[in-house]
Amino acid sequence: MSNDTNNKTTFQNPLSGGKTLFEKIWDTHIVKSIPDGPDVLYIDKHFIHEVTSPQAFAGIEKRGLQLSRPDKTVATADHNVPTVNQHLPIKDQLSRLQVEQLISNCSKHGVELYGLGHPYQGIVHVIGPELGITQPGMTIVCGDSHTSTHGAFGSIAFGIGTSEVEMVFASQCVLQSRPKLMRINIEGTLNNGVVSKDIILYIISKIRSSGATGYFVEFAGSAIRSLSMEARMTICNMSIEMGARGGMIAPDETTFNYIKGRQFAPVGEAWDNALKHWKTLFTDDNAKFDKEISINASDIEPMITYGTNPGLGIAINGLIPTLESIPDEGERKNIVKALEYMGLKAGGSLQGMPVQNIFIGSCTNSRIEDLRLVAGIVKGKKKNEHVKVMIVPGSQQIAAQAKAEGLNQIFEDAGFEVRQAGCSACLGMNEDKIPAGEYCISTSNRNFEGRQGAGARTLLASPLTAAAAAITGVVTDVRELLQ
Amino acid sequence: MESLQTIHSTFIPLRLENVDTDQIIPARFLKATTKDGFGKNLFRDWRYENNDETTPKADFVLNNPYYSGEILVAGKNFGCGSSREHAAWSLLDYGFRVVVSSFFADIFKNNALNNGVLPVQVSDEFLQKIFEQDNTSTLTINLEQQTIAIDATGEQETFEINNYKKTCLLNGYDDIDFLLSIKEDITAFEKQPA
Ligand code: SF4
Repeated sequence: MSNDTNNKTTFQNPLSGGKTLFEKIWDTHIVKSIPDGPDVLYIDKHFIHEVTSPQAFAGIEKRGLQLSRPDKTVATADHNVPTVNQHLPIKDQLSRLQVEQLISNCSKHGVELYGLGHPYQGIVHVIGPELGITQPGMTIVCGDSHTSTHGAFGSIAFGIGTSEVEMVFASQCVLQSRPKLMRINIEGTLNNGVVSKDIILYIISKIRSSGATGYFVEFAGSAIRSLSMEARMTICNMSIEMGARGGMIAPDETTFNYIKGRQFAPVGEAWDNALKHWKTLFTDDNAKFDKEISINASDIEPMITYGTNPGLGIAINGLIPTLESIPDEGERKNIVKALEYMGLKAGGSLQGMPVQNIFIGSCTNSRIEDLRLVAGIVKGKKKNEHVKVMIVPGSQQIAAQAKAEGLNQIFEDAGFEVRQAGCSACLGMNEDKIPAGEYCISTSNRNFEGRQGAGARTLLASPLTAAAAAITGVVTDVRELLQ
Repeated sequence: MESLQTIHSTFIPLRLENVDTDQIIPARFLKATTKDGFGKNLFRDWRYENNDETTPKADFVLNNPYYSGEILVAGKNFGCGSSREHAAWSLLDYGFRVVVSSFFADIFKNNALNNGVLPVQVSDEFLQKIFEQDNTSTLTINLEQQTIAIDATGEQETFEINNYKKTCLLNGYDDIDFLLSIKEDITAFEKQPA
């Protein structure tokens, strides 16, 4: 019945005989290959949300079709939802219509919906893993680029457009060309004050925001192995920010322990069978990648971005590059424009610069472990009086857990505003926006112009760095607070 | 989807790199439940002062009456960021059928192709040559031949597109028709033992 754990024979990589993790999963999900065209790829799990699904539902209805496998689709409302008073009707009329449309589409087409008010509601890339829906070896898609998050479990997970959402509705398949494969090995031990967000910001600053376009990336190495699932998700989440189709990490005991016992995890015999299959999901020693990159974990320092794409990042104690140091004219022009938007100077330092807002949330860093990191820094302290701090848990379950663990109390005592689950100021589709011209240290994933509100200036950083700035009111090297 | 064979038009030059989909169509305009009407918000925050439709920014190229055409020419890494297909819908709704760049982000490329907007990837040198042209200069894109030519100078380059997508665009076919036509294969795949 389920193809989640099937293991069909497919062709071997002629170069080596070995297969990568990616190839093991992709090859067993090909329904058909179109000569000089894409593969028809079978999809095990399809997540949908209110923003990128309505036109796809309308599309299949116009064609007079039913959803091919509604049992393989799960929906939530996250992008557009308010993060206060979620029990009240949504004030913004268009947002309300979109969320209502999702409710009616899901009920009409038999799709499970964890909408507002449901204890499982939350950001789509947070709830899939936390409910145990996301599992190793699966193919997973969602009309959202950060679907790459789910790759942390050793699945092939990638974002699709609305036409492709419609394809999955109609056939449970998408048409995809096989991407090139890249492996990024991160070996060694992380420095004090450095967390997974810094790893990924460091990688993107090295290879730039288009450095992995056309590739699917496997993250490997001892530094990756040592990370929790939450930390692995942060890394895979942002693989799209270097242009990659997706990121993935081979499953191991950390993965299996995380999944075991979750709401939709297999149980009993099904668990044993799944585990047997999951343990085959690793890259063979003699498998080949189109590109390999090696990174020393000890080279990584707490990171922060200064520009308007996630590749424009520096170590927190470093300097914004001087214009003379950028040889490529196009890139120089871009950085000039970015710095102008950001109100920053080439060659300058960010440390000590006042910020007005802190946003802790998004599918990158809104999990319980992120909230614990923040609590560890702010416990017993008060926020700086000039900053506004918004903390938005990724899901209802995380919100409940944070409360039960006493984290909420710590945040409230510190003067943070704890809100309800949703995408919130990550993209400013609801009322959670950063005012024009103000700076925001954000744990989210994108610092594009206007991303957090028209004219808002975003500095991407880790939850630790965000917490440090909440206390001091300025861009701060968190290591000063850790001593 | 409308078929697309040859496009012959003047072009609008957008001399910027890493144009992300948040710029093409900002998130606050994604609240619609249909595909229509996104063109008026294309590049919204670059087009208007303070988000006020009545005050166009004079220095933004779409507001420059000097330039017009069905072709947008942009710097490298066009369409990076969010997977929102609204970016392709807004380009199409505004009147673009072709986007030329020296590099496209993956998801955008797929989204464009799925909506009959042709992404034409050219070399950096060729892109520069196009940017050197004035507002009367036309480009000719021939999908069958996979060529793009600067008509004034006769310079030409070929571009890549996979055969499957090319056939779809030339004929206005869409992927769902194809997927439905192989329904039996999909059902057979689903029945395979675990
Ligand atoms: S939190 Fe931000 S990046 Fe993540 S799904 Fe929501 S809007 Fe997208």
